[in-house]
Amino acid sequence: MKTQNNNLNTQSPNTWCPGCGNFGILNAFKQAIDEIIKNGTKKEQIVVVGDIGCNSKIADYLNLNSIIGLHGRSVATAEGIKLAKKGLKVFVFIGDGAGLDEGVSHLVHAAKRNSNIKVILHNNRLFALTTGQFTAVSPKGLKSVSTPFGAIEEPINPLKLMLASDAGFIARGYSAKIEHLKNLILSADKHDGFAFIEVLQPCVSFFNNIQFYNERIYEIENNKNESEIKALELINEWDYADATKIPVGIIFKKQRPVFEEEAYKLIGK
Amino acid sequence: MKKQKIPKEYSIIIGGAAGQGSRKAGLIIAKLFNKLGYQIYIYEDYQSLIRGGHNFSQITATEGGLANKKEKIDFLLAMDKQAIEKHKSKLKKDGFLFFNSDKIEEKGIGISADKIVKELNGLPVMANIALIAGLAKGIGISWNILETILREDLPKEVEKNLSVAKKSYSIVETVIKIEKIKHSESELMTGNEATALGLKAGGLDIYFAYPMTPASSILHYFASKQKETGIIAIQSENEIAVASEAIGAAYAGKRSAVGTSGGGFALMTETISLSAQAEVPFMAINSQRMGPATGVPTYGAQSDLLFTLNPGHGDFEKFVVAPANGEESFYWSGKLLNLAWKYQTPAILLTDKDVSEGTFSVSKNIFKKIKKEKELVWLGKGEYKRYEITKNGLSPLAYPGNSEAVVKVNSYEHNQFGISEEVDKQVIKAMQDKRLAKFELMKKEADTLDVIKIFGNKNSKTILVAWGSTVLAAKEVAERLGIKMVQPIMLSPFPKKQITKAFSGAKKIICVETNATGQMTQLLRANGFKIDKSILRYDAQLFSTEELQAKLKKEI
Repeated sequence: MKTQNNNLNTQSPNTWCPGCGNFGILNAFKQAIDEIIKNGTKKEQIVVVGDIGCNSKIADYLNLNSIIGLHGRSVATAEGIKLAKKGLKVFVFIGDGAGLDEGVSHLVHAAKRNSNIKVILHNNRLFALTTGQFTAVSPKGLKSVSTPFGAIEEPINPLKLMLASDAGFIARGYSAKIEHLKNLILSADKHDGFAFIEVLQPCVSFFNNIQFYNERIYEIENNKNESEIKALELINEWDYADATKIPVGIIFKKQRPVFEEEAYKLIGK
Repeated sequence: MKKQKIPKEYSIIIGGAAGQGSRKAGLIIAKLFNKLGYQIYIYEDYQSLIRGGHNFSQITATEGGLANKKEKIDFLLAMDKQAIEKHKSKLKKDGFLFFNSDKIEEKGIGISADKIVKELNGLPVMANIALIAGLAKGIGISWNILETILREDLPKEVEKNLSVAKKSYSIVETVIKIEKIKHSESELMTGNEATALGLKAGGLDIYFAYPMTPASSILHYFASKQKETGIIAIQSENEIAVASEAIGAAYAGKRSAVGTSGGGFALMTETISLSAQAEVPFMAINSQRMGPATGVPTYGAQSDLLFTLNPGHGDFEKFVVAPANGEESFYWSGKLLNLAWKYQTPAILLTDKDVSEGTFSVSKNIFKKIKKEKELVWLGKGEYKRYEITKNGLSPLAYPGNSEAVVKVNSYEHNQFGISEEVDKQVIKAMQDKRLAKFELMKKEADTLDVIKIFGNKNSKTILVAWGSTVLAAKEVAERLGIKMVQPIMLSPFPKKQITKAFSGAKKIICVETNATGQMTQLLRANGFKIDKSILRYDAQLFSTEELQAKLKKEI
C-alpha cells in the first residue's frame, strides 16, 4: 500500500497580502502537524475544515484532507466529521466574522457539547476579504467602509464567550509568535475535548495593529489554567479596546465528558 | 353498466382533549381492524398546544385499495362533550355513538368510563381504554384479539388497563358484527416511521434534526432506537447546523440524513447548494405543513412544491420525490439515500403532514425492496483527484483516513484536486460541464424507475393528476368515476417522458392539490403540458373522497 507524502505544501498560489498574519498561523500549524505526525499520527487522519474568508484559504495551502464549506458553518461541519469518524483529528480554521458574527451559535454549542474539535479563530478584528467592514470584535469607533463614522457597537470578548459556554480549552496566541502558537496547537491537540484558540492576527491592509500588539502582548507564566476566576482575570486584562497588557497562552483548561464518546455509547460502541 | 362492488369500509373518529390519549386510542382501534384484515389510514388532527383543545384521530378501515379520510363516519367515540359537538353531524344514520357517560349525556352507547377506572384504581387517562373495549365488544371483536393488541401496545400498567378493558367489555352489548376479511399481511406505521425504516434500509449511519412538526417523529424514532439500529440520532442548535453536520458526516464517509418542515428547510437551502457544488451527498426530508411562515403548524398543505424544487443558488439538479403513503415513504426514502450517494448530490423526500403523521397499512413485501447500494468509490490508482474529470461526470469518492488519498472538498469552484479556482476559465467551465454531465445521468436513471403511477380507467380520455397526500382520495374517486389518474412521484428530474406517455390522447386534464396557487399545475405547464382545470383546497384540510367526487362530477 502506498503511503502519503508528508510534504504539507500544495501547488496552490498563495494570495494572502505580503506580511499578512495568516502566514504566521500557517507556519505554526505546519510545524505542529509535522510534530503530530512525528509522534505517530498518520497524515490521512488529519482533516482541515476551512470557512470562508482570507483565513480559510489555508485549506488550499495544505496538502491535507480538507473541506471548505459555507461561511460561518465550518464548526458545525467539523462536528459532523468528528461524529462520523471519531478517530480523525479535526482542525477548524475560522475568522472572527464567521465565528463570532455569521456562525456564533455553532461555536457556542460546539463548546457546550464539548465536541472534540480544535477551533483556530484568526482574529483580525474585521472582515478583510470583503474589503474591511466591522465585525463582532471590532473596537468601538473603528472606521470601516460600513462604519465610516466609527463603529457604534462594543466588541464581544470571544474568550469570555467561550468561558461562559463551558469550553474545556481556551487559549490565545499571536500570529507573530510562531513557536508559542505551535505549542498552543499541540496542547489543544493533546486536550481531550473541544479546544478554542484565538489567534490575534494583524491585517496589514485594513487594520494594521502590529505595533499595538507588539507593545502589549505578553506570555502567561505559571498559570495552572484550572480556575475560572483566574481565567476571567486574564481575559479581563483586555476588552478589545485599549489596554496596557494583552495576555497570550493557555487561559483555561478543564476535562469534561467528550460529546462523540457519549454519542457512541448510546449505540453501544 | 355493471354495478361495481362497493368494498367494505368503516370510518371511525375518536376525539377528546389533548392529553386524554385519543391518538394512542386511535392506533389501537386501527390495529383491531388491521387484525381483521382491513387496510388502514389514520388521519391525525391536533393543534399546537399541550393540554386542552380538541384532538381526534379518524381511522378508515377498508377492504381494498388505499384507505383515505372520509366525510361520514360509522362510529364515533367521544371522550368529552366537544367530540360530540364537532363530530356528531358526521355520523351516518346507521352509525353508532360510543361515549363516556360520566362526562356526556347523550343517546347511544354510554360507557361509564370514569367510574370504571375509579373503581379499579386506574389512572384517569385509562378512560380511553374503557371506550376502546366498549367499541370492540360493540362491533363483535373477540376478547382474545383485544387483549393481544392491548398487551402489545400498552407498555405500562398492562394489567390495570386490561382490567378496565375487561369491565367495559363485559357491560357493552354487541350491536354489529364486523367481518374478518382476507388480506396479505401488513404492518401499521406512520409515514414518518416508514421513512425512518427506509433510511435505515438504505444504510443510514447518522440522523440529524432540529424539532419541527410534522417531521419531528422521525427524530423521535431514531433517538429511541439508537442501540438496536446502530444509527446515531443528533438534535442540534438549528437547521443550519443540522445540514452542515450532515455534510461533514457525508464527507467523512458516513451516510447521513436530515428531516424538517418548510421553515427549517428554508434554513438548509444554502447547504443544499453546497452539496451540489462540493458534490457531497445530502439527503433531506421536507415534510410540508401549511405556510407561509409559521402558517398552520399542525395541519397539512402541499404548498412547498415549487420551493422544494428550487432550493439553493446556482445551477444544479437534484432528486425530489413526493410519496403518497407509507409504502412509498419507505421505498423512496431508502432509494433517495442510495441515489444521493450514487450521484453525490442533494436528494429530497417531499412529504406532507398527512403522509408523515398519517398511519398506513404497509405490506411486508416492500421491506425487501431497499438495500444499501454501494457508491462509486476510488480504487486507488494514481493520484487521487476528488473532482476527476470523467466521461459521465461522476468522480470516485474517497474518504479521510484513506492512506493513499488526500481528500479535498470545496464550496469554491475548484480544480480536479479540490483546490479553489477563480481565475482559470477553462477549469471553471470544465467543472460545470462535469456536473451537467452528471445531471444528464440522473435524468437517465429517473427514466428507469417507476417515477409515476397510473390508476383507474387507463383508457379514459379524462385524466386526474394528484400527488402526495391528495392521491389517497383522488385514486378512489378516479376509480369510482371510471377516469384515469396519474400520480407524478419523482418531481425532479422531471419525468417528462413518462408523463407525456400517460397524457397521450387525453381530452381533459384536471389537476388536484391542496395549495392555493396550483403548484403542480404550474410545474406541468412549465414542462409544456396543457392543464384544463386546477381543483384546489387550501384550508389546511385533506380532500375527502365525497367532496372531490362532487367537484369532479361538475367537470366531466
